[in-house]
Amino acid sequence: MTTPGTVPDDTTPLFSLHDVSQERGGATILHGLTVDVPHAAITALVGPSGAGKTSLLRLLNRLDDPTSGEVQLEGKPITSYAIGALRRRVGFVFQRPAMFAGTVADNLHVAVELGGADAAAKALPMERILAAVELSADYLNRDAARLSGGEQQRVSIARALMTRPDVLLLDEPTSALDPEVADRLLATVARLPKEYGISVIMVTHRLHEAREASTWTIMLEGGRLVEAGPTSELFTAARNARTRAYLATAD
Amino acid sequence: MLLLQAAHAVSDAGTIDVTWTDLALTFALILVAVGLSRWQQLGLERGFVVGAVRALVQLVAVGYILIYLFTAEHWWLVLLALVVMLLSATSAAVQRRRGAKRVAGERRALWTISGTSMLVGSGVTLAYVTQLVLRVQPWYEPRYLIPLFGMIVGNAMNGAALAAERLASELESHRGEVEAYLALGATPARAAAEPSRRAMYAALIPSVNGLMTVGLVQLPGMMTGQILAGQSPLLAVRYQIVVMFMLAGGTAMTTVMMVLWYRRTFFTAASQLAARVPV
Repeated sequence: MTTPGTVPDDTTPLFSLHDVSQERGGATILHGLTVDVPHAAITALVGPSGAGKTSLLRLLNRLDDPTSGEVQLEGKPITSYAIGALRRRVGFVFQRPAMFAGTVADNLHVAVELGGADAAAKALPMERILAAVELSADYLNRDAARLSGGEQQRVSIARALMTRPDVLLLDEPTSALDPEVADRLLATVARLPKEYGISVIMVTHRLHEAREASTWTIMLEGGRLVEAGPTSELFTAARNARTRAYLATAD
Repeated sequence: MLLLQAAHAVSDAGTIDVTWTDLALTFALILVAVGLSRWQQLGLERGFVVGAVRALVQLVAVGYILIYLFTAEHWWLVLLALVVMLLSATSAAVQRRRGAKRVAGERRALWTISGTSMLVGSGVTLAYVTQLVLRVQPWYEPRYLIPLFGMIVGNAMNGAALAAERLASELESHRGEVEAYLALGATPARAAAEPSRRAMYAALIPSVNGLMTVGLVQLPGMMTGQILAGQSPLLAVRYQIVVMFMLAGGTAMTTVMMVLWYRRTFFTAASQLAARVPV
């Protein structure tokens, strides 16, 4: 029998967490979490607030390290990768977009410059990256600080895409946005895996987002794994009563 | 006034002596401050009196120590005095970082970082000015080394304390931006470049302002002292220029070293912004 949350076949998962605990300021945020994140197009991390969703996400490009346990990326300890290269391979988009000083082009340029000559050589044209997040090339010369929340979040995603990542981590990317703007942004995100060949792992508390966009869902509660599986199965026939109760609130 | 003045002993250089009776008379000015404080309910009466007594005791003690140092003529005694000055300045700079929680290890780190930065910044400056510019004889001549070091270290201390305070608050308030840089694979130095720049700027702007306004707004204490002591104003001015340039250089060295080193303590070896910003 397999542990709930692990992928029941031989393919190496994208990420796997083994008995991962995270403590901060005396409080335990993750309690011995063991879970796999498969090579899915979009994986949703769901659960009530305080479930540890963001804490888990931050472990995946080592913005934090767990207090105990191990995180693996494609079967190797995540600590065995060079930190800069790991973070350019696994992009992160924060809940609140933090724009760097200057224009949108300046923001995108920083991502390329940080990757050195290699990144500059394989960087896609900025116009193309902006098109991926559905912003026109006119935005390049606009002051990033003066954009709306939704536009800034699109620039954040574009900036993360500049490093040509394999994986994009999104921490509640739509939570600060109006529902309409949020839906449009989600539609953009949903197209990224097919068009750019990247895996997206997204924290969300908007359950309809998980249901509509993701192919795999991981449900956390109180720093523990409740259930994980294909999104369609979880939303229609969750094995766990708590998952059923929580996901039912989606409507 | 004339009567008072006539009663004073006048030294060779034409300086008016200040007697203990005169000090008692000037204490009346502290009483004026106490009276004003009470009238305006500032609650500073005790502060003024305790401060005045402390100033008196500290300065008289320093006076005797200086007399001893000037007559003893031991190089190691002079260096010991400089070390004591450096340690008190470090202690004052570290203590000024109040507010956030202090963890023992972090405080120790701040001690080491401020102390070493001040030692290097002030030490290099003092050596340059006394050995290459003024060429004092003997090299440890306490009449020059001690007051000059006092001024350099005092300024460096203000710079170091300002820089540390500003760096911590910049990193705290720009956490999102710093982590956004880290998430793109930036090194901590790159991620904290802008907060560091702002911390250095804030710590050095008083030095720039000092250079800009000296002589216009105020006559610096040392120059005033030399003029009062009967020196030619032109010599006093040249000394003051040496002092101003020396303070700018010493504070800049201390501040830059301090910020570049101190910011490392905010990051882990894996380029993570530490969970709680230290000190």
